[in-house]
Order: sequence, then structure tokens, then C-alpha cells
Amino acid sequence: MNNWQNFSKGFFKENAVFVLLLGMCPTLGVTSSAINGMGMGLATTFVLIMSNLVISLVSSQIPDKVKIPSFIVIIASFVTMVDLVMAGFVPALHEQLGVFIPLIVVNCIVLGRAEAFASKNKIIPSIIDGAGMGLGFAMALTILGSVRELLGSGKVFGISIFNENYGMLVFVLAPGAFLALGYLIAIINRLRKA
Amino acid sequence: MAGKKESTFINMVLVLFIITLVASAALGGLYELTKEPIAAAKLAKKLKAIKEVVPAFDNNPSDEMSEVEMPSGDKLEFYPATMGGNLVGTAVKTFTTNGFSGYVWVMVGFLPDGTINNYSVLEHKETPGLGTKMANWFKPTDPAKQKSSIINKNPGTTKFIVSKDGGDIDAITAATISSRAFLDAVQKGYNEYMKTKTKEDTSHE
Repeated sequence: MNNWQNFSKGFFKENAVFVLLLGMCPTLGVTSSAINGMGMGLATTFVLIMSNLVISLVSSQIPDKVKIPSFIVIIASFVTMVDLVMAGFVPALHEQLGVFIPLIVVNCIVLGRAEAFASKNKIIPSIIDGAGMGLGFAMALTILGSVRELLGSGKVFGISIFNENYGMLVFVLAPGAFLALGYLIAIINRLRKA
Repeated sequence: MAGKKESTFINMVLVLFIITLVASAALGGLYELTKEPIAAAKLAKKLKAIKEVVPAFDNNPSDEMSEVEMPSGDKLEFYPATMGGNLVGTAVKTFTTNGFSGYVWVMVGFLPDGTINNYSVLEHKETPGLGTKMANWFKPTDPAKQKSSIINKNPGTTKFIVSKDGGDIDAITAATISSRAFLDAVQKGYNEYMKTKTKEDTSHE
């Protein structure tokens, strides 16, 4: 697999949200607006790249029996870093994403990539894999967030598209997350078959 | 690189120890680095809320902050705003536990006579699209909706209860619980504000 394929698989062929259906908790939880989805996606991307990088470096030195605990410590450290940096420099977004930032630790995409890819590959492919998977995740969350924001409150990225009084409230709430995600997956599946 | 490490006891302990040591050192370092920006961001947010709710002032309300502890252990904070030494208003950080999902923290700006100048919702966990409307609902710009406004009203003369319960304020559509909670927080802030005021007045005499 060359680097480009390695990078691009995260967007379409193995998109974490639309195809693998991984990381559903933050996906459904934070995507009430496009900017939230994007912020969460980029935070996860950073964690993915950094943890993939470190894990591909050290994995050969880690005995098998303590592999998972070691990975979790590494991932949790990067998540805490993201948490602290966001609290300091983008407090508004940090407040919006709230509990979902610490929850990146248990996002199955991060641990999944560490275990399935980074621990078996060299540094460069691992970074590319993390970037591709992370940006694919961010893209999926941004799309889902945009759709929900547009249908739910008539805006995208806070810019009004429809009349101010427009809005199907259900799309901002939890059931709308499932509905919107379901339809998006259906569309993506149709496109993949075509 | 060397071959795969064996899962012997000493190897496992050593590896985990090194990893946790490095991780905690990195986090400790970053915590020190971000401590100041985080504190500054929190302070900026509070100052912004204070500026929003009271008339123009020229002192630093944070320096003159006073607190009142409620029975629940939570604290109400008072930020007096003065212009040229005269009190122009007080921002009261008040709260309620009756929100649809727990605590709601509100910064309410009172003029010296207890009339509400403005308010700003600081923290809440209300339902998006329903309870979250409280951020603007109680300060409508539309004159036709003045019954839902709390601006320029005085909790001493206006009944700060939702109209459904026989009060004078219209609740948020489909979010009566959040509205009740909000008004409860404002009322609490007013009560405590008036208490501290009477105390001050008597101490001056």
C-alpha cells in the first residue's frame, strides 16, 4: 500500500464513521453544530497522529502483556494535553465539547489504529495513517454537524441559510443525530456501490 | 531496533514505569505552561459577563468581590461596579439547582435599587434548542414580547414567577422547568443582594 492510499483510505474506503461505524459516542454527541463537529474531529486527529507516532516508535520495546495499558497511558496523556491547551486557548469551543474531550481516550478509533496499525508499522506510515483516519473522522463529523445544524436551526457554521424562525428541533437533539447519521450512511453506501 | 521484549515481570514493571514517568513529566510541564492562559481565559469570561450586565464602570469589580455562602455550600458572588466612586450597579453571580439537568449559573446585573439591568447565562446543561433559549429569551428586543422580559424590572415589585404559576414573566415555550429555574436563580440573587445592601446601609449609619 503506498502512502497516498494509506492516507486516503480514512476518507472514503475505511471512513471511521460512515463505513467502520467506530467512535459513535462523540459522533452522535457533539455534532449538534458544524463547528463542534470540526473541533472534535481535529482534536481527535491530533491525538491520533501523536499517539500513532509515539506508539510506532516504542511498541517494539513494550512487552505484549502490558501493551494495552501502555497504549492507554500514551493516548490519555495526549488527550489531557489537548484538553489543557484547548481550555487555555479556545475556551468557548472547549466548553461546548465539554466531557467529550476527555472521552477521546476511549474512542475506539484511537486505540484501534494504535493496535492494528501503528504497533506494526514504521513511523512515517503510522503518522500518515493517523492523519488520514483523523481527518476522515473530522470530515465525517463536520458533514454530520453541518446537516444537523442546517436542518435543526437553519444555519451552517453559525451563518444563517434559512429564515431565523426555521428549524426542526429534533435534528439538534439526540434522535436527530441518529436520523441524520442513518441517512448519511445510506447515501455513502449508495455512492460506494455506484 | 531490538527484538520484541519478553513479558517477564521485570520487563513489564520497567516499561510501564518508564512510560508513566515520561507521561506524567510531560503533563506536569504542560500543566504549568497552560495554567496562566486557562486562568486568564476564565477571568476574561467573567469580566465579559460583568461588563455585559452592569452599566459602564471604571473600577475592577473582581477586586471588590464579596461572597455569600448558601446552605447548599455553593457561593453567590457579588461584583460591585462603580463609576468615579459611585455605585452604578452590582453583578451577582447566582445559581439554581432546579434546572432541567442540574445547576444553572447566571450573572445578573442589578442597579442600586434592585432593578435588573441585564443578565448573562454562564453555565447550564439544559436541553439544546429548548432550555438553552434562556440565554436571550428573557431579554427580548421585540416589543411585542415584553412579557417575557426581565430587563428593567424589579423583583421587589414584579412577581418573578412564570405566568403559568401565577407570576408576571412568560416562560420559554416548551421549557417551563428551565424558565422556573432561571427565575429562581434571579430571585435568589435579588434576595441576597438586597440583604447585603440593607446590611451595608445600616453599617453606614
